[in-house]
Amino acid sequence: MTTAETLGRGPALVVDGLGKRFGSRVAFEGVSFEIGYGEVFGFLGPNGAGKTSTVRTLGTLLAPSEGSAIVAGFPLVPDNGVEIRRRIAIMPESPGLYTRLSVLENLECFADLYETQDPADRIEHVLRAVNMLDRAHDVCGALSKGLRQRVALARALLSHPEILFLDEPTSGLDPVASREVHELIDGLRQSGVTIFLTTHRLNEAERLCDRIAILSTTLRAIGPPKQLRDELFAKSLAVRTRAPLAEPNRVFTGLPCVDSWHSDGVAGYLLAVSDPELAAPDVVRALVAAGADVLSIGEARHSLEEVYLELVNESEATQSLA
Amino acid sequence: MSKRRVRAIFRKELREYRHNGNIVYAMSILPLVFLIQPLIQVFTLSSSASVPLRHEHSLLYMLAIPVLVPAVLAAYSVVGERLQGTLEPVLASPIRREELLLGKALSAFVPSVAVAYAVFGLFVAVVELFAQPAVASALIQGPDLLAQLVFTPLLAAWSIWVGIAVSARSSDPRTAAEISILLCLPTVAVTSLIAFNVIPAKPATAIGLGAILVILIRLGWRVASANFDRERLITGTK
Repeated sequence: MTTAETLGRGPALVVDGLGKRFGSRVAFEGVSFEIGYGEVFGFLGPNGAGKTSTVRTLGTLLAPSEGSAIVAGFPLVPDNGVEIRRRIAIMPESPGLYTRLSVLENLECFADLYETQDPADRIEHVLRAVNMLDRAHDVCGALSKGLRQRVALARALLSHPEILFLDEPTSGLDPVASREVHELIDGLRQSGVTIFLTTHRLNEAERLCDRIAILSTTLRAIGPPKQLRDELFAKSLAVRTRAPLAEPNRVFTGLPCVDSWHSDGVAGYLLAVSDPELAAPDVVRALVAAGADVLSIGEARHSLEEVYLELVNESEATQSLA
Repeated sequence: MSKRRVRAIFRKELREYRHNGNIVYAMSILPLVFLIQPLIQVFTLSSSASVPLRHEHSLLYMLAIPVLVPAVLAAYSVVGERLQGTLEPVLASPIRREELLLGKALSAFVPSVAVAYAVFGLFVAVVELFAQPAVASALIQGPDLLAQLVFTPLLAAWSIWVGIAVSARSSDPRTAAEISILLCLPTVAVTSLIAFNVIPAKPATAIGLGAILVILIRLGWRVASANFDRERLITGTK
């Protein structure tokens, strides 16, 4: 699908109040979001948060207990199962390859299941894409975990999916292989494929995803990583001086742009501010006036990991109280 | 129904059988037992034994092969994939339940029937060539040959749906095989009773049993389909 083809289409995925229960156990509930074509959407959450159940539900493998969804333009109802599965591909966390068969035999089977046109050409293309063309005749059982992941990825690409669900695609891969997968995901994004990426690797999510959602049975947050950081954490300036300030309270408390401050190491200070760009010059002037040697000053950047932990811990605390 | 998807499953299953020692063993050992043991008995028979043999239908005893071999194959089909973790990617493809089950059934049916016919053909050939002529002519009767040809695929089909239905509910391939064989034993009992003339082997009996088998095959297909619940197979719950 070209970028032009994706224009003028509705969202790739519309999820509205979706939930799944297994008996009395809630896998996930009240999940709502929309994903556009060509978007890379990260889906994060602790173990047991309901990520895989969400993917399986959207992939028509599980029937939702509540809510609704539209997947690749089709309402998520049992009658649309085949049409939806034609347009999506799921790469599960466990590659699920036929270990007694060769890479080629595995892909031939799935090329036929997806009724792929020109299967031989397509298989060659996907094997080249995952850098496995020279291993086509290897028995899958003899491949390393990383190579099996690549074969599973090749299998997921066979059908030209509009939406690709990737469940931990770089799990068990070495850094070089992980980078190749990241480049492949980037390439797919360019060609208009929507990618729903479930991962525990927060740096991977931050690097690849346009938006992320954090799930802990319910959706805790959704948005671009930067927006989540801004929403969760007050903006702050990190200051380092050559020596500890004699009276830091006198230096920082009087400044109108500084809301609060606290020490961060021997000669470091974190200042909560409303606008770091406006506050920085005032802070530098105040420090110089107090006779301090300023080594560095800059906006303190919270990592996605901090955002994730904040949300997950908040969720756990809420559940404990309940 | 997509023939291509059915063929994909069929071809994949056959390729898996070829590389699976347990399957090859299961497909070989039973037919060998059913071939060698009766041959030894036949070769020890003198011409005088041909008189009682004429009143029996001993060849029908070999109908146990198309009952037992496919039951073992089919019993592995769903639970085996589930344990390997290969079922989820298949179910995530556009395949329909019926296509998957039909592909699996055909892949058990074709080799089982081929093995049953091959063993039977070999048995008949060896008896014709090496047994006492009177024994051979008493043993090999036209109606029995016809019954063997007709009932082999019918029994195999019934046994396969039993195996698949059990496999779709099981969590262990060995247990699935044992239960499938147990459920198919009454069929073997009926063929044995006919072989030893306890149930008279008449055309009406054959037609009646054939009709019952056709009904059972349709019933087996429905039960196997109903047992094949994507959600339970993937999550192990529900």
